[in-house]
Amino acid sequence: MTTTKPSATPQRPSSDDTPAAALHTGTSDPRTLILGNLRQSGIYVALVVIVALFAVLTDGVSLSPGNITNIVLQYSYILVLAIGMVIVIIGGHIDLSVGSVVALTGAVSAVLVIRQGQPWWIGVLAALAVGIAVGAWHGFWVAYAGIPAFIVTLAGMLLFRGLTLRVLDNISLSPFPAEYQRVAAGFLNGLIGGQGYDAFTLLIGAVAVAGYAVSVFRTRLARIRYQQPVESFPLFVARVLLVGAVIMYFAWQLAHARGLPIVLIILAVLVLVYGLVTRRTVFGRRVYAIGGNLSAATLSGVKVRTVNFWMFVNMGFLAAVAGVIYSSRSNGAQPAAGNMFELDAIAAAFIGGAAVTGGVGTVVGAMVGGLIMAVMSNGMQLMGVDQSTQSVVKGLVLLVAVAFDVYNKRRAGQAR
Amino acid sequence: MSDNILEMRHITKTFPGVKALQDVSLAVRRGEIHAICGENGAGKSTLMKVLSGVHPTGSYDGEIVFDGKPVHFRGINDSEANGIVIIHQELALVPYLSVAENIFLGNERRGAGGLIDWNRTNADAAELLASVGLRENPVTPIIQLGVGKQQLVEIAKALSKQVRLLILDEPTAALNDIDSAHLLELLRRLRSEGVTCIMISHKLNEITAIADSTTVIRDGRTVETLDMSSGEATQDRIIRGMVGRDLSSFYPDRVSEPGEEVLRIEDWTVRHPTQDRLVVDGANLNVRAGEVVGIAGLMGAGRTELAMSVFGRSYGRGVTGRLLVRGKQVRARSVAEAIENGIAYATEDRKRFGLNLIDDVRRNISAAALGKLARLGWVNGNEEIKVAEDGRRDMNIKAPSVMSVVGKLSGGNQQKVVLSKWLFTDPDVLILDEPTRGIDVGAKFEIYTIINRLVADGRAVILISSELPELLGMCDRIYTLAAGRITGEVPVGEATQENLMELMTKDREVAR
Repeated sequence: MTTTKPSATPQRPSSDDTPAAALHTGTSDPRTLILGNLRQSGIYVALVVIVALFAVLTDGVSLSPGNITNIVLQYSYILVLAIGMVIVIIGGHIDLSVGSVVALTGAVSAVLVIRQGQPWWIGVLAALAVGIAVGAWHGFWVAYAGIPAFIVTLAGMLLFRGLTLRVLDNISLSPFPAEYQRVAAGFLNGLIGGQGYDAFTLLIGAVAVAGYAVSVFRTRLARIRYQQPVESFPLFVARVLLVGAVIMYFAWQLAHARGLPIVLIILAVLVLVYGLVTRRTVFGRRVYAIGGNLSAATLSGVKVRTVNFWMFVNMGFLAAVAGVIYSSRSNGAQPAAGNMFELDAIAAAFIGGAAVTGGVGTVVGAMVGGLIMAVMSNGMQLMGVDQSTQSVVKGLVLLVAVAFDVYNKRRAGQAR
Repeated sequence: MSDNILEMRHITKTFPGVKALQDVSLAVRRGEIHAICGENGAGKSTLMKVLSGVHPTGSYDGEIVFDGKPVHFRGINDSEANGIVIIHQELALVPYLSVAENIFLGNERRGAGGLIDWNRTNADAAELLASVGLRENPVTPIIQLGVGKQQLVEIAKALSKQVRLLILDEPTAALNDIDSAHLLELLRRLRSEGVTCIMISHKLNEITAIADSTTVIRDGRTVETLDMSSGEATQDRIIRGMVGRDLSSFYPDRVSEPGEEVLRIEDWTVRHPTQDRLVVDGANLNVRAGEVVGIAGLMGAGRTELAMSVFGRSYGRGVTGRLLVRGKQVRARSVAEAIENGIAYATEDRKRFGLNLIDDVRRNISAAALGKLARLGWVNGNEEIKVAEDGRRDMNIKAPSVMSVVGKLSGGNQQKVVLSKWLFTDPDVLILDEPTRGIDVGAKFEIYTIINRLVADGRAVILISSELPELLGMCDRIYTLAAGRITGEVPVGEATQENLMELMTKDREVAR
């Protein structure tokens, strides 16, 4: 008597050595490029859809020169935080303290400049120094004491909020002198004239487009020289033209409002620098390696502690930059400044495609993620949607974005 | 007919692509200690998983008869309800719970209203502890006990479930000599109390000391069952049964021309990171340029631990001994220092420890020597692509491009990525830990060819493997390791599977 049913185990194809796709040589099919990068391109599409949606819902107000300038001014510090946050998240950690650090650095700066009458740059330097010290504190506990970053920065969130209250003696300080306000809330305007618009802003826009075109063209040439797959030439040109058009439109709108916000220049420099740091430096690559597989990184000779330490020092520095920008924009320091900023920054990084488990994410992605949040908040404010609904929508967007990420990963796992 | 408590008849179990068990039969007499022997991967653990319901009924072919009745276990709860309890090699105790809580985990002693009756729990636990000869307070957290005592707690837990057939998977692999002796003594006492016991073990001296019968399994098939009281059941006979397969002509030829000594370790001793025992005990070995040196040892012998401790002390604590590279004593207290000194280590578990599976081929290849591609901290991405392309071509890595994600490649190709990574560090000596585990035959041959090319280039290779034919086919010399001690060094010309297995199972004598 046989008592068992036939085996239900599925049989795999005999060999899995055959690569799924054919070898790429020279150019490749645009569809595979787009589909292959769905995780990245998905958020660009989402951003475009959301921008278009609110442009329609607000009868174009959301795309008006004044409003675009507003979005830049209002959300720049979140974007700065998101740069540091995405690096921390790629490394497999988290930082819950950045809101408190924004408050503390702004408070230190305000005490020096407003209460003690120091020049504006003393305030800025002191804020940056405090931010770096806070980052080193977190880095020490995470990297060398081995405490999970969640705990360390949760403690830091309370700790530095408390110190903020101490530094400010529980009262708000304002106003900053005009020079300090200009740091982040000022504009470069009328440097080379223009009739009803700012020619300088347009010039900077044009320079940015030219720089972008040259840079991607050189990358393309190098790739071809090393016989790597690149997109077909018409597609490449279309991409450059599209990006150029978006930048010029953006510059055009800014030029018809108040000119080029200084904070936008700061942000652009940071995005450029950190984009390169994450992609092109040994440090950046170590961050991805640690987040991707800690054991493998350790066994490949990566000095994990050092990298973790500097990751947090950098986060502290960027939190201080955000603190300066925020205090400059709000023209003072308040005990409750920066409340919940950490959550916006974390949301931006995750919506931008960073993986909860670490090892995946990009600075540009985090910026797009942050912009999605910014355009949504701004659009809903323009429409007069109340706070409660705004919060519900933002929460759902975050959930859907991460669910998409998890789904994608599971599918990739099955494709093996 | 003898009185069999268990009969497993014609068990066949297939995993995707592999036949793990093929027509295996096992008969265990009531009240005996029955040993199961076989090489790593022979199918012992799979057989026990079939028996205990981990592989549920329907996922295998064949019949299990327990106590005269055919049984169909759908899960481990079913088998435990019948009094079959398995104790795995990796102990399944919760470290921060007390001894008593662990014993009754999932089987809690309840009182009124379904609440746990702590008095009864602790009193019952104390009784069970006494029956296994463990004098510990039942409220002591498990983490405060050594492994030997934890093993006894596992047995007490089994006894609490009215065990009739106790299965122990390598119970003494992690124990020191004294604890092992205690455990064997306890098994003898349980036998006298009527508990039947199946013991998987690599230690032949223990088997000959304690077992009533021994079943030898090789390559998923039963070789034979020996009655240990008869004169025929010698260690030699068991060894022959375990290894007796043909050495295929499957290994590419190589002319061996060893040069100067590249790496030497002297009196190398490594302690377990958390437990108080030696994992490697006074090991001495050396390897010369152009030479492949094998390390043979069964599970738990300390092969990987030895290799990882040499590689920048990535395993263990209290490492002592001398490490010499090209005759000079070197300091290699971190992985980075080990790499600088020309040592590379390709791990046995490439998915967990060897590769960043979510990143691409290119970045995995450059990971261990990224500094060579960088100036002032900036990586030259184009050079990196070139290096990766070179690796892809030299190693014949079958991937759509060097930008392909490593997690999607096959095992053999992943292993080639690991080898490319280490070759890019330009090592003098490569320690390859189970380099062909889990990869198909064709890819194995490619890996062997690559190893031969490495030594032809004047590098030295230390090859750690569970497959004796692989060591015999690839190495110039083979060291055997047993319980952390090097028990032999055999030139390949004099080595046979039998004499290696004898050295690998050579342990200190166990009292009969």
